[in-house]
Parts: sequence; structure tokens; C-alpha cells
Amino acid sequence: MQDYQSQKSIVLDILDAHQSMPGNLLPILHGIQDTLGCIPSAAVEDIAKALNLSKAEVHGVISFYHYFRTTPPGKHTIRICRAESCQAMNSKALENHAKQTLGIDFHETTADEHFSLEPVYCLGNCACSPSMTIDGDVYGRVTPEKFDQLIAVCKGAN
Amino acid sequence: MTRLFVSRDSTALSLGAEQVAKTLQEQASSKGLDIQIVRNGSRGLFWLEPLVEVETTQGRVAYGPVQAEDVAGLLDSGLLEGKEHPLYLGNIEELPYFKNQNRLTFARVGLTDPVSLDDYLAHDGYRGLKNALAMPAADIVKHVTDSGLRGRGGAAFPTGIKWNTVLNAPAEQKYIVCNADEGDSGTFSDRMIMEGDPFVLIEGMTIAGLAVGATQGYIYLRVEYPHAKVALNQAIAAAYQNGYLGENIQGSGKTFHLEVRSGAGAYICGEETSLLESLEGKRGLVRYKPPLPAIVGLFGKPTIVNNVISLASVPVILDKGGEFYKDYGMGRSRGTLPLQLAGNIKHPGLFEAAFGMTLRELLYDYGGGSASGRPIRAVQVGGPLGAYLHEGQFDTPLDYEAFAAISAVLGHGGIVVHDDTVDMADMARYAMEFCVEESCGKCTPCRIGSTRGVEVIDRIVGNIDKDKNTALLRDLCDTMMCGSLCAMGGMTPYPVLSALNHFPEDFGLPAAKA
Repeated sequence: MQDYQSQKSIVLDILDAHQSMPGNLLPILHGIQDTLGCIPSAAVEDIAKALNLSKAEVHGVISFYHYFRTTPPGKHTIRICRAESCQAMNSKALENHAKQTLGIDFHETTADEHFSLEPVYCLGNCACSPSMTIDGDVYGRVTPEKFDQLIAVCKGAN
Repeated sequence: MTRLFVSRDSTALSLGAEQVAKTLQEQASSKGLDIQIVRNGSRGLFWLEPLVEVETTQGRVAYGPVQAEDVAGLLDSGLLEGKEHPLYLGNIEELPYFKNQNRLTFARVGLTDPVSLDDYLAHDGYRGLKNALAMPAADIVKHVTDSGLRGRGGAAFPTGIKWNTVLNAPAEQKYIVCNADEGDSGTFSDRMIMEGDPFVLIEGMTIAGLAVGATQGYIYLRVEYPHAKVALNQAIAAAYQNGYLGENIQGSGKTFHLEVRSGAGAYICGEETSLLESLEGKRGLVRYKPPLPAIVGLFGKPTIVNNVISLASVPVILDKGGEFYKDYGMGRSRGTLPLQLAGNIKHPGLFEAAFGMTLRELLYDYGGGSASGRPIRAVQVGGPLGAYLHEGQFDTPLDYEAFAAISAVLGHGGIVVHDDTVDMADMARYAMEFCVEESCGKCTPCRIGSTRGVEVIDRIVGNIDKDKNTALLRDLCDTMMCGSLCAMGGMTPYPVLSALNHFPEDFGLPAAKA
């Protein structure tokens, strides 16, 4: 894990930039995760101090939301939709294929740190199920074959 | 110069629209053709995306679905003149799927450049605001009340009554909050509006601000919609630059500020009080009601919380009057609802229609039946908390009361189709599992009931004390329905019980009587 001391100044800058914003905790957490890839547990104390909250309150918010993470993700994050529309178009086969191909379960990162796999509940792409995203780009009508092609492109780009 | 249109809508992008636009530009440039590609919203005929439209002397001619490798052939066969080609569709607005809609809220989506204020103004944009600026606040609210508009987020509460409550709540600060946390599976109309015509939402929120005396608005947008965020922020910036947001709007002396805030992947934040907690920077725990958000809302101040489509329907109401809007629809369901066809369906997409058409018409006349070609067996309407309907119920008109009468909900208008390979015990189990995953945890029936629900369904399917456990499941559903704080726990029984009642054979129980 990266040393928090090297990240601390980034966190403090983000805290500073959001000082006067009403309801600023979520925007701050987004800012940190967007910049560092995750919200380092060590940052909780700084966040709590700046917002005059307890560490438990900050931790409570981070752990409540599915999107926030406290460990660094792999180079590419794959999110597969598990909602009903995708299920109606056989997303379960896609899920199983992805888990098997990558050798990981949901919420895990491959040993080579290339890929993290996350479930997602609806990408609003229900008209072209099953859907998934890779690093924020949405793909529709994803078959196991198409999954393999997309993964190969990611690997090629590394 | 020839103008071409390639959508920037997420679904079009998910099928390769970006590559099509890029290839078109490159090949046209290398051939020395003078083209301009407008990145519009989607017409919502998603089986035809990526769609390419060309502005010709005969109107806008469409081709689709177009992949990057089709571009060279299209250009060679006279794409820019709108000539014949195997992918030629003619004028898309003449296709029955499009032509037979009542596009009021979605009038501009797919037609215009979503982030061009000039284009918005050229297509009747900001006419509602212009009227609203010339009216006393109470008259704006009256138009909305007269229109019969009910919240399009699912609860279907009359919008005018909500606005009137906020109007009459004395406070030095009030807020307009747009619930853009569209998390129901099978729904994408909010996303399409925000990506395809963000100004209409901005205009609707500005009118809401004038109507109740609120000077600050927030759009609480789900993090799963990055393209919507980009489009909204581009449109908001243009509105500020041109005096449609900020201080002294169009010289009226009125003020309205607007900001987009990102959610963080919690379904429960689509519930209005959870959403407010989240906007305040807290965990999205449901609040007890009363007090209503209209009285004690964001930061303790009177707040309008409305869904995207509700707010986006306001500009046309203020432009053409409440009575105009009310003329569409049936019974107490007035105006139009953007219906979204998804799942196992041949022609998926968005279909805006007046209330009252039947589900069967939509599924077969427009949807074309299942994508797999197998019989349609179960249709879930209204998101993960909506009931599963069976064939015998497909003639129900799309109307809030007609759906309530069969223990179902129209919700946000999302329709998810399953063919006969679906295992309904599995879907019932998933409904409980989803509640486990997404419950905020504040109330016991939802938090613990859903976990026990998964276990009880497993026992029924596993043939353990079948009758006893079926009775227990019904009991549990009753407790969740009556004892939960909000719709998450209160409505999870809808999909569960409808699956159990209509498809008992999937649970290994005797088949339902026809």
C-alpha cells in the first residue's frame, strides 16, 4: 500500500477547496477517490478533523456507499450489471464467464493488479442488455466472446 | 456543408457510436467532403443505434444500425445525398414506433444538439420560463396543478400540491432538488433527458424556483451516469453565460443557482429523504415523515424534491398551459409518460405516450415481442420494486389507478420483459437479495426481513417444509409492507408476492388457476 504521507497534501488540498461548500463530505470523498483511486483509511482522520466530525461518522459514510473504496483498484475496473433487465438477457452467464476468466470474484482485484471486478445495479443501458463498463465506458449486448475481446484490448494497451 | 447527426447517448455509445462518428469525420476529411457532425441525443429506437442521420433537401434521412466498417460503403453510395443503401431507414420520424408517440417532454431529444443553447431556443426552448417570469408565483403553481402532473418518479404524488406546500412555507431559504438517482432496472428516461436535452431539466428547475421562491437548486445525479454529468454541466455553464441561470435572470431581478452533485452508488438515495441526507453529506438513511421535505427538507429548509421527468415536463406545461397537458391521458393519470422497453424485447427503446395504452400494444405492436423469439412470460413494470405481470394482465391500461387495482405499480415507466426461460422463484429471491444489498438499515422489517426473505425462499425451493415456509413468506411480506419506513422494504413484497401468486409452479407449488 502506498504511503499516506505522500498523499496527505492532496487530501488536504481537496479539503481546503471544499471548505465553504454546504454538504461537502460526498464531494470531498469523490474528489479524493477520483485523484487517488480510493479513499485511504489513513485519510479519515484528516477528513474528520477538517469537517468537525468523528472518525466513525466519516467511516460510516465511506462504508455506506457502494462506489467508495478504501483499497486501490486494479489498472482497469470492470463493472457488470446484475439488475433484472440484464438478467433477462443472460447476464448470469456473463458474470460467471468474467469471474472465471479473471479468476476473481466480485469486489476483488487480479493478482497482476490489471483488473478489478465490481457488480453494479443498473447502468441505464437496459435497452441493450447485458451491459458492463470498463473504466467508465459502457458496453451493451455483451456476450462472453465480446467480453474476451474487450479484455484483450485492455491488456494490449498496457 | 452537410450536417450529420450521430448520438452521444450512452446506449448509442455502448454500441459503437463514438467510433462511427470518428470514422465518418476521418473518411469525409480524406475525401475532401465538407461535413459537420452534430452529436445529438438518441431518438430512443435503440435497436437501430448507432443511428446516422443526414440533413438533406428531403429532410433528415436516417441509416442504422451503423458500425464503423459500414461508413466507407455508406459514403460511396451517396450517404450525404440521402441515397439508398441496405441500412437506409428513410425519415425516422415516419417510422410507426416514433410517429405514434406523443412527444411532449421528449420533443427535442434526438432532434437537437443537447448542449447548444441556440438550438434549444430555436426549438421552442425557454418559452415556458419566459411565461413564468411574467407571472406571479401562485399562477405558475396553478398551471402545474391544472396540468394534473403527478410525480413521474414512481410515487405519483400530485406535483402542484407539493409545490403549493413549499410556496406557502415561510422561509428565508428554499431549495429545488432534482432526484436524478434513477436506479430502477429497466429505466433510462432520466438519463436520456439529461444526455439528450439537459436544458429542458434546467428550465423546469428554474421555473420551479420561481414558483416557490427558491434560489438554489441541486441535481442529485447517480454516479453511474458520467455522460449525463458532462452534458448537464455543459448546459448549465451555457445557461449561466447567457443569463438563464444566476442573478437577475433575463433582466427579471430573479435569482436561481444550480449545481450537479454526484451520488455514490446507493439505490436507496432515490428515496427522497435518503437523498436529502446524502446531499447533506451523510449516510443515505431514510428520515421519518412527517415532517415532509416540503416543510423541513434540505438543510432543514422547505424543499421541492421532484424527479427528472416531472421537472422536465414543466416547461411544456408553462409554454402551452396546464389544460393543454391535461388533455392527454386518462382518468387521474394526465399527460404523457415516457415508457421504457427493456430486457428481452426485440425493439427496445423509449416510447413517450399518453396514459391509457395497454401493455400488450406496447409489447407486441411496438416492442415486436421478445428478442429471443420465445413467448413472453413475465413482465416487470416499475423497477425492482414493481410487480411481475403475467400474460392475463397484459391488457391493463397504463394508468396509475388501473395498475394499483391489480396490485402493481407503473412507477417510473420502466418495463422489463422476460421470456419463458425465466425462473420466477429466482427472480423473487433476487428481489429480496437486492433489498439486502440496498436497504439503508434504519428499519427492521426492511433490514432483517429481506435477509430472512432470501432464506425462506431458499427453503421453499429446497422443498423444506414447503407449506409452512410459504405461509411464513406471506407473513414476512405483510410485515415488510406494513412496517417498513419507506418503499424499499414496503414494496419489495410486490415482485416477491406477484411471482409467488402468478408463477407458483416455479416454486414447486401447485400451478395457479387460470
